[in-house]
Amino acid sequence: MFGDYSLGDLGSIFVMQGFAGLILFSVYVLMALGLAIIFGQMGVINMAHGEFMILGAYVTWMTSSFFQAYLPSLFSGYFFLAMILAFAASGALGMLVEWVLIRHLYKRPLDTLLATWGLSLMLQQAYRSVFGAREVGVELPQWMLGSLHVTDSIEVPINGVFVMCLTVLITIAVAYVLYMSRWGRQVRAVVQNRIMAGAVGINTERVDRYTFGLGCGIAGVAGSAFTMIGSTGPTSGQLYIVDTFLVVVFGGAASLLGTIASAFSISQTQSTLEFFMSGSMAKVLTLLAVVGILMLRPQGLFALKVRK
Amino acid sequence: MIINSRFFNRSELMGFIVLAAMLFVILPLSLDVFRLNLVAKYLTYAFVALGLVLCWGYGGILSLGQGVFFGLGGYCMAMFLKLEASSVENTKIQSTPGIPDFMDWNQITSLPLFWQPFHSLTFTILAIILVPGLFALIIGTAMFKRRVGGTYFAIITQAVAAILTILIVGQQGYTGGINGMTDLRTLKGWDIRPDHAKIILYFVEVVLLFACIGIAQFIRLTKLGRILVAMREQEDRVRFSGYSVANFKIFAFCMAAVFAAIGGAMFALNVGFMSPSFVGIVPSIEMVIYTAVGGRMSIFGAIWGAILVNFAKTSLSESFPQLWLFGLGALFIAVVLGFPNGLSGLWADYVQPRIDRLFASRKSKSGWNDNSVADGAPAE
Repeated sequence: MFGDYSLGDLGSIFVMQGFAGLILFSVYVLMALGLAIIFGQMGVINMAHGEFMILGAYVTWMTSSFFQAYLPSLFSGYFFLAMILAFAASGALGMLVEWVLIRHLYKRPLDTLLATWGLSLMLQQAYRSVFGAREVGVELPQWMLGSLHVTDSIEVPINGVFVMCLTVLITIAVAYVLYMSRWGRQVRAVVQNRIMAGAVGINTERVDRYTFGLGCGIAGVAGSAFTMIGSTGPTSGQLYIVDTFLVVVFGGAASLLGTIASAFSISQTQSTLEFFMSGSMAKVLTLLAVVGILMLRPQGLFALKVRK
Repeated sequence: MIINSRFFNRSELMGFIVLAAMLFVILPLSLDVFRLNLVAKYLTYAFVALGLVLCWGYGGILSLGQGVFFGLGGYCMAMFLKLEASSVENTKIQSTPGIPDFMDWNQITSLPLFWQPFHSLTFTILAIILVPGLFALIIGTAMFKRRVGGTYFAIITQAVAAILTILIVGQQGYTGGINGMTDLRTLKGWDIRPDHAKIILYFVEVVLLFACIGIAQFIRLTKLGRILVAMREQEDRVRFSGYSVANFKIFAFCMAAVFAAIGGAMFALNVGFMSPSFVGIVPSIEMVIYTAVGGRMSIFGAIWGAILVNFAKTSLSESFPQLWLFGLGALFIAVVLGFPNGLSGLWADYVQPRIDRLFASRKSKSGWNDNSVADGAPAE
């Protein structure tokens, strides 16, 4: 399989596939971050996570349409406002959902899965009714088009680089919030021992609501970033949800580092395999490997040592 | 093994009589063949729901991959039917006659090795039971022996469903790809397409369904069923009592897989095709929805759930396609939040007591008070 290529070609292939893998990695990390907070910290399986992401994408699309129509001079910067709006919209919806639905189900994790699946069906239909069944694409500002030529045979699309930078920034922000801020300490305290956390004066209900809202908000930002590299339809969210859960479970549910490591290994494996066989077979092999490793090591790559 | 002296208690007997009367007499007499065939299609999901009652309701193991087993059973049946429909005379316009049409389109010139045994009906029937059963055994052993359960098990079964779907769609030449296996015609030379064949197949399916109900009820009543419930409630205590929890879980999961596979095989026979759209994550979760809506703790409830939700789906998505997903989603949230035991739970909580009271008052009026025997308590 390597015989037809010269050494230089092979090098370029690996770099290009590696870069495509890095974009996929950013996608996985962005999606999995929100899920890791909700599933890892709260034990809630949110099957509607993809739909929160799509909400972010639609908000971005609406913002870009608004800028195009009314503020064309500021169009090159619309994305930064869109991201904030996407975070706010998805986060607000997430807190509402937590209040209406999730808070009744904390003791029944499997039922959160079923209930949020019902929610995802309703959201999909809502998007279809409001935005139409057709996929929508965002028009990119001028500075994000084109690609960087690193060498003659290696070129890197700018929007991909942008999404990667964004991923790094958001990951650092999440890590800061969870591990450095006062509020993050409260979240982790509630996760480790809910009763004791409540006893020392932490309002656990409020912490739960904001944690869920934060996870959904990050999903919204992820959706916003996705508009840079692809189009969005009412059912796009469902395509990613299983992959994302596997990323989170594979990495070890409560570990941020594990989530990143597993997103990296899954995306690189898939992207490298994709060059040598059909995309679907690459995906099958990657998923099979992940499921196989999970059977050997059910707690994931980086398990948090917690007394139970 | 202690078997309750009564196979059905009074309310279950009523449920049994109502269901039997409905499926054997009322529906065949009142519906035309097209509608009856639709009911037959709904009933294929009732097999899956029945398995989920055992494995999820009683065992507490939520599998989100029942579509995998439904699909494996369905594909085994479809492969046999497809081979019969692709005889040399039927396919003489192909470049290589005698192989299924989709292989010809994908430039595969000879029948693949794993297709060969499906020329035999005996092998096919064995495969419908054994292939999904063994597959479930492998997954179940790998997971339950390592004490993986609950949400992790659900996510992994879901991943398996995703893998199988991608595999079927990707390997077009061997599986028919996204279109699946269509144009299935005869079973051992007997045409399955005309009306009288549809009616016969419907009755075969109903008889099979009642056989499976019998098996499920038997499992539920024996000590096995009680251990399943005990395991669901306090897994560690059952383990400390010396039972092998993993083996019981594996058994329940395999039973559910075999029931689902029988449903899938009947689906291929009744509907005349099989495709990956019945294998993946979305159909798998829908199968869980049928069970949840009907009642995860009730055998008859789950069957009614499969029939009613599918009936609602057909009629609502015909006339109000917009409302259907809203309705299904809302129904599902309502079931989870409001009545976790589904329709059968509502029936048992609100309707049954009233009926009992009605009968009780009549009985006391007529001076007949023999209700101490009727509500047979468990025989311990």
